[in-house]
Formats: sequence, C-alpha cells, structure tokens
Amino acid sequence: MSVNYNVLGLIFASMHDSYVSELTKQRTMGSIPFGGRYRLIDFPLSNMVNSSVSEVGVITKSNYGSLLDHLGSGRDWDLSRKKGGLHLLPPYSQTGGIYKGRLDALNNVWSFVEHSNAKYVIMANCDVITTIDFNPVLKQHMSSEADITLIYSKGIHDSEKNRCSTILEFDADNRLKDVLVDPQITGECNIWLEMFIISKDFLKKIVFDAASRNQSSFTRTILQGKKDEYNIMGYEHKEFFTRIDSVQNYYLANQLLLDTEKRNALFKKNMPVYTKIGDNGPVKYGLESNVKNSLIADGCIVEGTVENSILFRGVRVGKGTVIKNAVLLQGTKIGKNCSISSVITDKNVQISDEKVLTGSETYPLYIGKDGRI
Amino acid sequence: MYTKKRVVAMLLAGGQGSRLYALTKNVAKPAVPYGGKYRLIDFPLSNCTNSGIDTVGVLTQYQPLVLNEYIGNGQPWDLDKMNGGVHVLPPYETQAGASWYEGTANAIYQNMRFIERYDPEYVVVLGGDHIYKMDYSKMVDFHIANNADCTISVIDVPKSEASRFGIMICDDQNQVIDFVEKPKEPKSTLASMGIYVFSWDKLKKYLIENEEDANAKRDRGETWSKDFGKDIITSMLRDKQRLFAYEFEGYWKDVGTLDSLWEANMDLLSPSVPLDLYDPSWKIYSRNNNMPPQYVGDNANIENSMISEGSEIDGTVDFSILFSGVTIEEGATVNYSIIMPGTVIKSGAVVEYAIVGSDSVIESGAKIGTSPENVENRDDWGIAVVGHNVTISENKVVEPKQIIGESI
Repeated sequence: MSVNYNVLGLIFASMHDSYVSELTKQRTMGSIPFGGRYRLIDFPLSNMVNSSVSEVGVITKSNYGSLLDHLGSGRDWDLSRKKGGLHLLPPYSQTGGIYKGRLDALNNVWSFVEHSNAKYVIMANCDVITTIDFNPVLKQHMSSEADITLIYSKGIHDSEKNRCSTILEFDADNRLKDVLVDPQITGECNIWLEMFIISKDFLKKIVFDAASRNQSSFTRTILQGKKDEYNIMGYEHKEFFTRIDSVQNYYLANQLLLDTEKRNALFKKNMPVYTKIGDNGPVKYGLESNVKNSLIADGCIVEGTVENSILFRGVRVGKGTVIKNAVLLQGTKIGKNCSISSVITDKNVQISDEKVLTGSETYPLYIGKDGRI
Repeated sequence: MYTKKRVVAMLLAGGQGSRLYALTKNVAKPAVPYGGKYRLIDFPLSNCTNSGIDTVGVLTQYQPLVLNEYIGNGQPWDLDKMNGGVHVLPPYETQAGASWYEGTANAIYQNMRFIERYDPEYVVVLGGDHIYKMDYSKMVDFHIANNADCTISVIDVPKSEASRFGIMICDDQNQVIDFVEKPKEPKSTLASMGIYVFSWDKLKKYLIENEEDANAKRDRGETWSKDFGKDIITSMLRDKQRLFAYEFEGYWKDVGTLDSLWEANMDLLSPSVPLDLYDPSWKIYSRNNNMPPQYVGDNANIENSMISEGSEIDGTVDFSILFSGVTIEEGATVNYSIIMPGTVIKSGAVVEYAIVGSDSVIESGAKIGTSPENVENRDDWGIAVVGHNVTISENKVVEPKQIIGESI
C-alpha cells in the first residue's frame, strides 16, 4: 500500500527552542537550517512521508513565521492533499496563553486529532535528526500490544555537553523500567529519540486524564509516573542520529555530515529528504577555487579555498578567501582575501574583503542573521 | 468554462533531434539535460512563467515518456493552473482518422481547438531546443505597437555564420521584406530565433489555408509541406501582411547538434557569456530530484566548473559541467566535458572534450575523447559522445568524434 490512512503524524516544531536561543531568535526549532539545504523539520516530515503517512499535523509554538514560509501548503513533501495532507496547528492553550508541555499541546489540538480517521499516532520532535522507516516500529507496536512504543538509539550521553536528554532503561521483556531526564552520567545509554507510537484511543485517555489533573509533561507524567501501570515498550533504531541541544552541537551535527558513512545513513537513495525547492543554479567553482572535504549546496559561487565546511544555498566565497571548519548558512556572502575558521554565519551574513574571523572548534564563533562585518 | 487568455504559447517540442543521436534515442530533444540541472525545455517554460504567460501547449510526438513525466502537471514552472497551465498535446485520432503531426504548422493546426478555448488575441510560437532568457511580454508589446500580424524575433549573427540560419531582410522600420532559409549569400545578418508572435485571427487563417493547399498538392501528387518558416511566413509575406523583426540582444544558442550542445554548456563557464543562472528575478525553474548537497572529497581538485546536487567528487574536474548525482572517483579526471545525471567516472578514467549521457559508467582506465592539441589533423578532432545507460569497460578508448550508443 502506498498510502497508509491508518496513521496520523504529529510533529512538535518548537520543542527545546531555548537550548539554541541564538538560532531561534527569529525562528523556531523546526525551521533551523541544517545540512546545506534543509530545515530541521524536513527530517521528521520526510520520515513520515517515506513511511506512507499522508496526514501530518505540525504543532507550532512561537516564532513560527519562517516555519510557515518553509512549509507552505506542504507541496514539496507531497502533502498538499485532499485526503489527509499537512496541517499547521496554532499554539494557543484552551486554558489561555501558550501551551506548556506536550500533553497540554495535544489537549489543545485534540479536535484535529479526533477528526482524523487514523487509528495510530506517530509523534516526533525536530531537534533529533535521523532517517527512519516507521513501518517496522508500527508493526512491532501492533504485535507487542504495547500502549506506547518509544523509539530510542544507543548513544553516548555526556552530562557536560548534552542537555535535556531522556535516558531509558528496559527490562528483559523490553518493558520500560526506568526513565532519567538529564542524568549526571557519561557513557553509552539508550537515548530516547523523542519519537513514539501510540493508538489514538490510548492517547485520548492520557491527554484528557492529564488535563483534568493539570499535568502537561509527557515525560514526567506518563513515562516516569505511569511506567509501571502502562505497557510502555522500546524500539531500538540502529542507525545514525544526532541531536541539536546547543549551538556547539549544532555546529558539530553539521560537521558530522562530512563523514560519508553518516551522510549515507541520513540520505538514503530510497528515502529522500524533501525540502522547499529553491530553484538555484548549480554550484559554480571559479578558476582558482580549491575545495576539500566540504558539503556545498546549489546556488553557491566559490572562488576561494573551502575546507571541512558546510555551505548552504547561495553562499558566495570571494577570490583569495580561505574558509575552514565553517558552517555558512544560506545567502552568506564573504568577500575577497578573508580568513574564516570555526565560524557559523547565520542567514544573509555579509563579510567584506580582507576580514579575519576565528572561533575555536569547541566554541565556534556565531554571527547572527543579516550581520554585516 | 474557460477564461479568456490574452496570450497563449505553443511550444514546438519537435521531433527526434536526430543530430543529437545517442542522446535522443529514448528521449525527446527538449528533455535533453543542459547546464548541470536543467533540461532544454526549462528555458522556454521558465521564460513563459517569468513573462506572465500561464497557458502553454507543448506539441510532441517523439518518445514522449520522459518529456511527459518531466512536465507532469507543470508545478515546477508554476504552470499548474486551474485555468490554463501547461498541457502536453500529442497527436490524436478523430472520426476522420488518426494522423501524426506533418510539420510544425500542421501540429498547431491540429490543436486549434486547444487555442480557441482560451480565445486569445496573440499566440506565441516557441521552439524547444534553444537556450536563452527572454521576456516574451516585451515582444508582444512590440508586436502591438507595430500593429503587426506576425513578429519574428531575430538575433544579429556573424556574417560567416548567417548561411546556417533563416535570414530576415528588413527595412529601416524593422518590417520584414524578405525571408530566406539558409541563404548561400546572405543579404542580412538577422537570423530568425524560431520565436514568433502572431495575431491569432491571422495565424488561424493562414494555418487553415496552408492545410488546404498542402492537402490539395498532395492529392495532385505534388510536393507539399506544412511548415512554419517555409509555408506560413512565406505566404504571409506574399500577401503583404505586416511582419516585423524583433531584435533580441542577449545570449541565444541553438542546441540542435552535439557540438552546439557541448558549446552551449561550456558557454556557462565563460565570464564573457551573458547567461546568468543566478539572477533571482529571472530564475530558470526545473524539476528537482531531492538530492543532498554535493560532497567534495579530500582528493578533489575542482576548477572553473559547475556541479549539481547529489554529486560526490573526489577526482579532478576542470572546465566541466556535472549534473546531479554524478560520482567522480579519486584519481579520475574530467576536463572540458559534460557529465549527465547519475553517471559514475571510476578511478583512473580520463574524460576530455566529451559528453557522457545519464546513468552511464566509465570504468577505470577508460579514456573518452581528447584535447584538440593531441590530434594531428584538426579535422579528425571533435567531441566524443557516450549515450545514456552505457558502460565503457576498463581501458577502452573512445576516440574524438566517436559516438557510443551501446555499452562496449
């Protein structure tokens, strides 16, 4: 079957915005540019589309102008549909103001969920980047008769560097045994990818239950509070993933794409990552260009040297300029004879000729949107 | 119910493109890749959209699969419209029988009903194998200002090349006095670009006349034709209709041959060629295939080239155009060449002065084409061509001018 009307996708587009406050100043988590030509929401959205889900609700919170602009009618994800399709869900709480936790948000958009004919709901955030087929997870969820199936990966949690990680522990029967939020430990553990599958009926029960008790956090109320009462199971995703929980980690996550193995795990031939089409020309390399180990998006014109860097759409690198270990977001224009290393430039930054900018790899220099140097 | 459209464009997507041979075996000429991420038809379609023309008929009858799929509902060019939009118009069968398009004029004649539905005042007739950026609305304005029946866009070509084109002879008011197809001794250097604006009532009259005339000639066993330049324009001139030449200044290239296709691609790398693909106010749109950004490896050496999404480059690339999803392995060399989508150039292979079609594989040690400097007799030199879905095995050599359509 090419279209699965039995599953509804819900994406939380603004979860954990505050961890990357520089990048979310004028946007929200889901619309943060990533990997040369994408926005973070492209990954969960494409995962759903590639898993035959054709009805997706995007739950927004704040600063979502750029997200609306990016998603449009959902056409570029093939979600401009009569049956199903993409729905943007505004953030207002029934109790007034903006929603607090995941359960509060779900309570607010419940009429949308109720209206769907789907039997199951897949939920995902935008701050976890991975490529996953949800069909095997769905299959396991149904055959195990779990109330909730949490998707996790084995990975290194470092309490010094990571924030807001949820660490899961399962018993021998794959039932959830323990849930730790941001524990002071460092080492390999089961990191929740903030994705889960649940039946619509069960979701309704927990959402309404929580609302009546004024509870809003899914992690604390359900995962920690009800792990013994409910049948909560795990599904291990054994492929590459990365999380955006700080500006440094955002920088590193982009850099990870220079590793061919990781890049191939994220960009699979049979699971394309869809994004808004930019209609840019191909990359143009000048007479004296020298590019090594870099990811370059369409519309760039490179006349200088670029090493170990990610260049988003429409970046210009002038003659004699040397760029190293940089992440240059779309529309960045760098003049002639500059030296730029360990730098993140946000959208449309302009750096004039002869400038020298140096950050450190552990603490990259960030230049805000539309900055002029 | 159709709303009136002041201007309707008819795009002659042409026939086989036999001079492009190996590249048009399974693909209509307008669907031939160009410029790293485009197909030829992207240029006239994008020009239509950018000129405010939203109703386009595409006339085609050769290998339509790729072209149909590519055009789809026209969404990449903003031509998916409730009223108008882009429509592929193949030949069809009627109660009177079925007939293939018997020339460019006949193709439009057979689709007069499509045009009439929009009740247009002007019909723009375009070709599908030219590379240029042009605002057709200015040409329509020129047509109206001159109270013309037909306006033909022309470009000033060097005298030495004029005999390759249809040449317009004009008076000082730009009115066309005479038209000669490929003259041995050209009296002017104004070459027809194959872009026409017609007042629809006039075009309709001449299409019907030409059809009846040609059919009568055929019945009498005489030679006949149903062609735009040869028949419609000539008849209109004979009848002293108002034909005007609209002089176009800018880049225009006919890509009817393998050599000109190669040159037109190389032109993109020349700073003196005024074809800007990076101008946000006049974008050339194309269907996107959702590939990640290109990755340039540690061993890559890229100079003066254009490379598109999804490519992985770890070899040497100089003065070349690489389409999406191309792989250039470490130790492979590509110079002055065009590599179409999905093709792999293996380590140790050398590709020079060549066009390699899509989804082909050039195995290690193979050598495709060579620089003109390496050829003693200049007449022996030419572009080497490898078709689509072709594998060139290890250490095989493809000589200059050679055209390879099947794996060797």
